[in-house]
Amino acid sequence: MPHVTVYRAKKIITMDPNRPTATHVAVRDGQILRVGSLEECSGFNDGTLDERFADKVLLPGFVEGHAHTMEGSLWNKIYCGWFDRSDPNGKTWQGLKSLDAVIDRLIDSATLLNDANTPISGWQFDPIYMGNIKVSRTDLDRVSTDRAVCVLHASGHILNVNSKALDLAGLLRQGVEHPGIPLGDDGLPTGEFRGPDAMEPVVAHIGFGQSLLDADEPGLRNFAKLCIRTGTTTITDLASRLDEETVEMMLRVTNEKDYPICLVPLRFFMGLSPTDLVKEVKRLKEHSTNRLRLGRIKVIADGSIQGFSARLRSPGYHNGAPNGLWYIAPEQMLEIYERALDAGLQVHTHTNGDQATQLALEKFEVALQHNNHPDHRFTLQHCQLGDAKQLRQAAKLGMCVNLFANHHYYWGDEHYRLTVGPERAARMNACRTALASGLPMAIHSDAPVTPLAPLFTAWCAVNRKTASGRIQGEDERISVSEALYAITLGAAYTLHMDNEVGSIEAGKRADFAVLEQDPSTCDPAALKDVGVWGTVQGGRIFSAADINA
Amino acid sequence: MQQLLPVTILGGYLGAGKTTLVNHLLRHANGKRLAVLVNEFGALPIDEDLIEAKNEDLISIAGGCVCCSFGSDLTASLITLAERVPVPDHIIIESSGVAMPGAIAANIGLIQKYLLAGVVVLADGETILTHITDEYIGDTVVRQLRDADLIIQTKNDLTTASHRDAVSHWFTNNLHETPLLQAEQGNIPNDIVLGLFNPRDDNRFSNHDDDLYSSELFELTQHCDADQLGKALAVDTVGILRAKGFVIDSDGQTQLLQVVGRRFKITPYPSDIKPQLVCIGLRNKFNRAELEKIIMRAGGTVAVL
Repeated sequence: MPHVTVYRAKKIITMDPNRPTATHVAVRDGQILRVGSLEECSGFNDGTLDERFADKVLLPGFVEGHAHTMEGSLWNKIYCGWFDRSDPNGKTWQGLKSLDAVIDRLIDSATLLNDANTPISGWQFDPIYMGNIKVSRTDLDRVSTDRAVCVLHASGHILNVNSKALDLAGLLRQGVEHPGIPLGDDGLPTGEFRGPDAMEPVVAHIGFGQSLLDADEPGLRNFAKLCIRTGTTTITDLASRLDEETVEMMLRVTNEKDYPICLVPLRFFMGLSPTDLVKEVKRLKEHSTNRLRLGRIKVIADGSIQGFSARLRSPGYHNGAPNGLWYIAPEQMLEIYERALDAGLQVHTHTNGDQATQLALEKFEVALQHNNHPDHRFTLQHCQLGDAKQLRQAAKLGMCVNLFANHHYYWGDEHYRLTVGPERAARMNACRTALASGLPMAIHSDAPVTPLAPLFTAWCAVNRKTASGRIQGEDERISVSEALYAITLGAAYTLHMDNEVGSIEAGKRADFAVLEQDPSTCDPAALKDVGVWGTVQGGRIFSAADINA
Repeated sequence: MQQLLPVTILGGYLGAGKTTLVNHLLRHANGKRLAVLVNEFGALPIDEDLIEAKNEDLISIAGGCVCCSFGSDLTASLITLAERVPVPDHIIIESSGVAMPGAIAANIGLIQKYLLAGVVVLADGETILTHITDEYIGDTVVRQLRDADLIIQTKNDLTTASHRDAVSHWFTNNLHETPLLQAEQGNIPNDIVLGLFNPRDDNRFSNHDDDLYSSELFELTQHCDADQLGKALAVDTVGILRAKGFVIDSDGQTQLLQVVGRRFKITPYPSDIKPQLVCIGLRNKFNRAELEKIIMRAGGTVAVL
């Protein structure tokens, strides 16, 4: 028999209502054998007591139900965000508060490059916080006139480039006509690209490659480091193309001895007919391993609220912007739902606007009548504007919801004043209503859109503070214990993985978030500041300090 | 300066008849190498009897034509297509049922080597009135139609006369500026959907035998104001659906003039080519004498053919 290790901790928060806390957990071969007191975890013939976590608090390893591995690849670019943010190697990059600061950081990074052609790419730039300052190609020409320079905005919807990048894309010319490409007084593009369509022709020239969806191999390793730092042991890659090469790479990397997470990539629905999509995802499912879980589908119904591309019900956008875009026809949505239900595959549907949520509910109800599957757990992702009636209906249909708690902090003020107005902004990401409706709920970061950090996400749902410090929608706040449940067992449930992760119980995988303080007793306003020592995943120990560069 | 590759965008909601039209275009390619880009290979994007070979992303079609799926990256697929040997003569993008053809069209202008040859949006004559009032997709369908240079109304054979009246009433009230054509089973000349090929190759527009359309060729014998000519041809009174011409401007530069519906575009043309103009329109609206007047007002004169 393999060896048994009994870990002593200052406190173990289990998420098992029958034994909510404990001090010891016995682990063998990556699995939890027993949870309880020292006495209850003793008596093994071949066991050792491990004291390394004696002053730590153990929680179930955090489960992030909506993130993108691309975050790992983005750290090869230059961070230009407004907020401080930690990179995979533990360095905290200071938030930049002016355009000059952004340009200085880009100049600094340029001096580190030997090759004269490598583009300089920045990401997470957020002029919303700088009075919506406009950036032109001449601003970025200060960084370099020889190399392509670009800055991707935090929303992911706007990109600024320099003259060289425009030139490489063949767009430094008169006569460019595109609604997403403003022109300057000289008739030449200003270097701003608005919307994913407009960006397409230029991204290949600025170091973002052709795909913003997938992580490369170093990115996948970086991504895992961020997971260790944030206590995350199970995480989704919510919209991957999962072509053969990517799947092969993911299998190889996640199979490495020290790869510290269980990755759950969902197959993006585009590019295949519903029949072929279900066939392909069924095939992929067969390739699942302990650390790579395939076999789920991601559907995108609409766009984003701050990009004004989400589909809203009447009265629509607060500022009068026209309604957003569909990324799938209702008929296709229904067909995917029906075929996936029939094949026993789970579908997660991105619905930001309330009209998109309504459509998904309506189509899912029809699909369910045709192909009942008693425990399908189809999940609404974001569902930011879902109202009480919609959340109740989702619960009744056996669905789950994964609400975008972080969004509230980063864009809550924008939603209040611009996108949906005070009333709807106050009930966005309605965690309290979801729980009151009996709707299984997770909360998420959508990293890289906002930083991966489940404790921060929990803090957002508990406090509902916006970046300007206002509390927006206090009646939708949830308790600390509800939030901690949401980032562990709640998220595991939405992935159909609550039988193996999400709580510390006998028989489950030995996945722990190892914390420096007890999040259940700290000041709720300090939840985000609880230190993370590292993780245990499948019984393997990963300390954040060990991966510091 | 190299020749630009023309792209036609076919838009319209699900069931509007895009696939039927694509197959009709392929059957009447008449030696042109057409490349069709579809969002995905759904159930039979191409008629079985036209297919020569098929793999994951590419279907080879009789006559040197191909069909590719672009998934979620249209620009990348277009860049790849332009590098194919031999280069296709014309690209057709069959956009997805909820895509905005105008947004795709705007992007074509950004990609080097490509030139937009028109946005053709199909409307299912049987369901269009239901679709435009649908809570979810109504505004999407209307926006797609507003993006069109030409609208093709299909499946009229499945409807009653009073239904057809109601449909044409809606189009008159909402989109009277855009030429509206009727076609069953994709039966419409390639030259109208794709645009005219180089008049040097096709001395005369001739490849159809119905009574609906006619074409006129004009030899231009002196300098012409391309902008003025384009503006005059792109109004609905002369009934032009498509026109293509090589015009020598007052600086002696050859300009390529292309008209589709109510829109025209002028691009400098690299080589010296005999100045001429081909127009296609609805037979019942077409008037050669009127067209000659337009040409003369733009400074040109017309040779007697």
